[in-house]
Order: sequence, then C-alpha cells, then structure tokens
Amino acid sequence: MNMQSSRSIVLAILLLLAAPAAADSNLPPARYANMQIADPAKEAEARRLMETLRCLVCQGQSIADSDAEMAGDMRALVRQRIVAGETSGEVRQWLIQRYGDYVSYDPPLSPVTAPLWLAPLILLGLGGLIATRSFKRKRR
Amino acid sequence: MKRPLLWVPVLAFFALIAVLASELLSPADRTVRSAMIGQPLPEFALTAIVPGKPGLASADFGKGQPRLLNVFASWCAPCIAEAPILMQLKAAGVPIDGVAIRDTGPALQAFLARNGDPFDRIGSDPDSSVQFALGSSGVPESFVIDGQGRIVHQHIGDIKADDVAVIIAAVKGAQ
Repeated sequence: MNMQSSRSIVLAILLLLAAPAAADSNLPPARYANMQIADPAKEAEARRLMETLRCLVCQGQSIADSDAEMAGDMRALVRQRIVAGETSGEVRQWLIQRYGDYVSYDPPLSPVTAPLWLAPLILLGLGGLIATRSFKRKRR
Repeated sequence: MKRPLLWVPVLAFFALIAVLASELLSPADRTVRSAMIGQPLPEFALTAIVPGKPGLASADFGKGQPRLLNVFASWCAPCIAEAPILMQLKAAGVPIDGVAIRDTGPALQAFLARNGDPFDRIGSDPDSSVQFALGSSGVPESFVIDGQGRIVHQHIGDIKADDVAVIIAAVKGAQ
C-alpha cells in the first residue's frame, strides 16, 4: 500500500471518529416526544394538533414532521396537556398566546389573513364572470 | 390601441415580478418574537442544577427590582460568546437569573467555570417547558422583567457589545 492511499484511509477513519459540532443538548428526548399516548383517541387528537403546529426552529415543518430537539419538546408539551385533559383547541390557544398566530398552520380569519381567505372566492367569481361573458360573445 | 384592457395582464405580470424581486432582495424577518411582552411572567418553579446556586421560580421576580432573565444552555455556542457580555452587565449592576435549557449539572458547572458566572439563580428546564411558557424559540434569549413581574423586553440571540446600552436602558426603565 503506498503512502498516499494509507494516508487517505487514516483521514477517512479520523473523519468517522470526528464528532459533529453539537447544536443539540446531551439530554435524551422528553418522555412524550416520541412516545404515543396510551389512549388512541387522545393520541389521534394530539397528532391532529401537532400536524398544524409550526416547528419554531425549522419553520417550514410541523412539529409532527420535524426531528429538531425543540419540536420533540413541543410534541411532549402537546401530549402532556392532552393527557391532562385539555382540548386541542386550548393547547393551540396557549401556544398562540405565546408565539402569536405564526405558530399555527391553521390561521384564523383576521384583517391580516382576510385576503388569504377571500382571494380564492374573488378570483373564482372573476373567472366565472369572464367565462360567461366570453361564452355569450361566441353565441352571437 | 382600441382595447386598453389588453394591457392589464402585462402590467399585472410586471407588478408580480416587482413584488418577487423586492422580496428576494430584502427577505422577510423570520424571527419568532414572543407575544408575552407586556404580560405578567408565567408561573413556574424550576429546581436547582448547580450546587450552591438556588433554583429559579417566578416568585423570585416582581419584588420591586427589575431583573434580566437569561435563557441559555451549556451546549449552546452563542451562549459562550454572550457570557463576557453578561459579566459586563452584572458589573453594571444588572441582576441576572438563568434558565438552563436541557442541561446537566456537570456540563453547566464546567460552562460556568470556563465562561464566568453572572447568575444569582439558575433554574433547570429539562423539557423546555418554561422556555415555551415565555414564548422563547431558541437559546440564548433574554427577557427584562420589571419590578412588578411583567415581561417588558425580549432580546433574541446573544447579547452583543452593541446591545449592552439597550439592555441597561430597558432594565433602568423597568421599575
């Protein structure tokens, strides 16, 4: 084996041993982060809620989809509160109170989000109007 | 042109391009701010994690004196950068308490020995529950709690040398 290849093997082994820069804590995930609630109905309710909550550190993912440590802690928080008897609406409200509507993927109707809800209706109406007008023109 | 309406789609197209270009050049601020500013500090009681340093409870705030609540962790790199600035704030007379997110005693003790210890109290938050209660979305973050126990200011990310004046002013103005 020549010098070059043995050197690259040593480098490869060193790279395997190298620990990636830790951005995560060394505590294990919270109990309910990856464990389902024993009661299937409650787990289903928690699951539905988790799919509509934004992971705060990944932002493009729901906490149900994210592998981030903070998403795990949020799943644990949701499951703990559902187990303790809160409804998913109450848990969502608790989080919105702290992080604003941003944390929810189910935006409520407000002056800011109104265009989001109304634009499809307006566009649909506009399309219908244009369609009926152009059909009338053809008949002539 | 007999039918000026024909130009509407073209204009709409250029308007869309303009909107997209401006959003590309100045991306929106994606920081998640706490909605708890102006609200009373949520109730919590965290156990101690470092020997000789008491734990932290919401009852420790609102005693007439404003305090800085620092959300940090020994495993967080920007917290190392922030440590000397916190020492500077402590030297300037700002009382500082810490909430240690997902931390272990030995790791935290080593962190404090290495980077300095500006904290009067440190509470252990192993499942980030107090972090969520505060509306904090990362480490480090700092909250100014006024003398009545209300959250009056949030600083997201590590406090840099340039931010010291703002923090001191926020604490001074928070009786």
